[in-house]
Amino acid sequence: VFSLELLLDAVVLGLLLGCFYAAVSIGLSVSFGLLEVPHVAHPAFLVLAAYGTYFLGEYGIDPIVAGVLLAPVFFVLGLAMYRLYYETFERRGNDAGVRGIAFFFGIAFIIEVAIILMFGVDQRSVQASYIGKSIDILSLRIPMRLIVAFAVALILTLALTLYLSRTFTGRAIRAVAQDADALRLMGADPVATKQWAFGIATAVVAIAGALLIIVQPVEPTLDRSYIGRTFCVAVMAGLGSMSGTLLAGLILGVAESIVLTLYGASWAPAISFALLLGVLAVRPQGLFGR
Amino acid sequence: MSMRGSGFWIGAALFVAAAYGLTLVSTNDYVFFAGYIILQFIVLATAWNILGGYAGYVNFGTNAFFGLGVYTAVFMTKAFGAPLISQILVAAAAGAVLGLGIGLLTLRMHGIFFSIATIAVSIIIETIVINWKFVGGASGVQLLRPDATPPFDSYIRMLFVVAAIMVVLAVAIARFVQDSWLGRGLRAVRDDEIAAECTGVPTLRLKLTACTLSGFLLSAMGAPSAMYLQYADPASAFNLNYSVSALAMALIGGTAHWIGPVLGALLLATTQQLLTVTISSEVNVLVLGCMLVLFVVGAPDGLIGLYRRVRNRAAERGAAK
Repeated sequence: VFSLELLLDAVVLGLLLGCFYAAVSIGLSVSFGLLEVPHVAHPAFLVLAAYGTYFLGEYGIDPIVAGVLLAPVFFVLGLAMYRLYYETFERRGNDAGVRGIAFFFGIAFIIEVAIILMFGVDQRSVQASYIGKSIDILSLRIPMRLIVAFAVALILTLALTLYLSRTFTGRAIRAVAQDADALRLMGADPVATKQWAFGIATAVVAIAGALLIIVQPVEPTLDRSYIGRTFCVAVMAGLGSMSGTLLAGLILGVAESIVLTLYGASWAPAISFALLLGVLAVRPQGLFGR
Repeated sequence: MSMRGSGFWIGAALFVAAAYGLTLVSTNDYVFFAGYIILQFIVLATAWNILGGYAGYVNFGTNAFFGLGVYTAVFMTKAFGAPLISQILVAAAAGAVLGLGIGLLTLRMHGIFFSIATIAVSIIIETIVINWKFVGGASGVQLLRPDATPPFDSYIRMLFVVAAIMVVLAVAIARFVQDSWLGRGLRAVRDDEIAAECTGVPTLRLKLTACTLSGFLLSAMGAPSAMYLQYADPASAFNLNYSVSALAMALIGGTAHWIGPVLGALLLATTQQLLTVTISSEVNVLVLGCMLVLFVVGAPDGLIGLYRRVRNRAAERGAAK
């Protein structure tokens, strides 16, 4: 039954969820949006980080602490991944499109199966004092885990935005995205800058993965539905725009939450993909397109 | 028809005759269960390559077409009790329409945008099927096989021969595309789309044709799968594994020539059948993923490229003597 209260409920939950969607997509906004790497394996890394958090959680480590611990590991992984991608595809140049995409698609499947072989196909979740509780604000009952995810997501997104706009390296990353040749003329190494940026993007994915397992139980093939969500947000944001990522995440979160309330959970997976198709058809440069 | 052309058709006729002959002599039904899957992947890889290989547009939505084929068959069975041949024909027509539709919607996009858009379409179709109660919704639907049509005495043997005929059809279409003005145009699109457009190649029309043909074949191959499994559910009919398999087999075999996807599918699907039986179905996806990454990194032109390299080296050695 439809009511204004129900709608308000959906919007508030959607905003919280939307901030979380921004956090899981912001790594992609850097790797795909700024660096133009066809990183289809991004959601697979996200789920991998969630399982890493689960693994550390078995030793009593808090999920957010686990995410922070995983970040340096993922940073190194990102450096290695970009180096391999650059050496094999970008530098050779020839027909990099098809094989580059296939490369990341293959990596995504390898990660998925590796998770299945190590952890099985069952759903996994983590324990923490803030998971399972909820708080009442006015007439709304809001799960605590969503609020924690919301807060961390907001901090993460703002930190990355500030990093890219205020620090020297951050500005270099944005510069290399605009004109790699100009950066070379300034005496900087565009490849090293991109590699560093890809490492940062992958490190952010580690923390986002911890948020993922806080928000919902994970299973090995969860990355498939996050392909839609993350690419929807990154494309809608306008490739590479950090504030756009936050806004696009909020739009997706509210849209999903309203559809969920009105039509039921079985329609939810299609929302992000439908939004993505809509954006690609109507405004492919995104909300904050360059 | 040229000598090479008639040679191809004689080979094709012998291939189908051999498949039929096998159904008469073999006593073991497992051969046909495994053989059907291998033939199915030859069709999927060949069909994928028409757009992905020749035009360089990476379609992640093989599962959308395959699932559409499966569910067209389910619908035709439940609504009209239609025979297999009409299931396949209607599925093929539906696939062609979907191919044209997806093409119109997405083929103006390039590279990764096109690929992601095809995943989007497949998820949206899957979600519609999940919410469609008539064909069983999310929990799927059980199907009863009717009796086999003479001259076949078992349904699985009939499906095996049907798959063999579809392999011939798929390869014939791929071969036609490759050797005609269509293939030349698509290669121009792949190498430099803007240059092709500027020199008057009707790029969008060529891509739409390729996408329609590819969809036609992919959905046609989905249809008999319903009766093969005697069961259909959205999660397996629209499984993304079909997409990665078709793509991997084509790239591993080599995309430049129609023989590439055939070899790639033959090699990988046979390996997968052995692995599924002896180890597990997870390991076979792992092997597929690893092979895909190894090949795109180490042997970018696939088995065809490796063969050419070996042949050239042998020729050089011959010249040096």
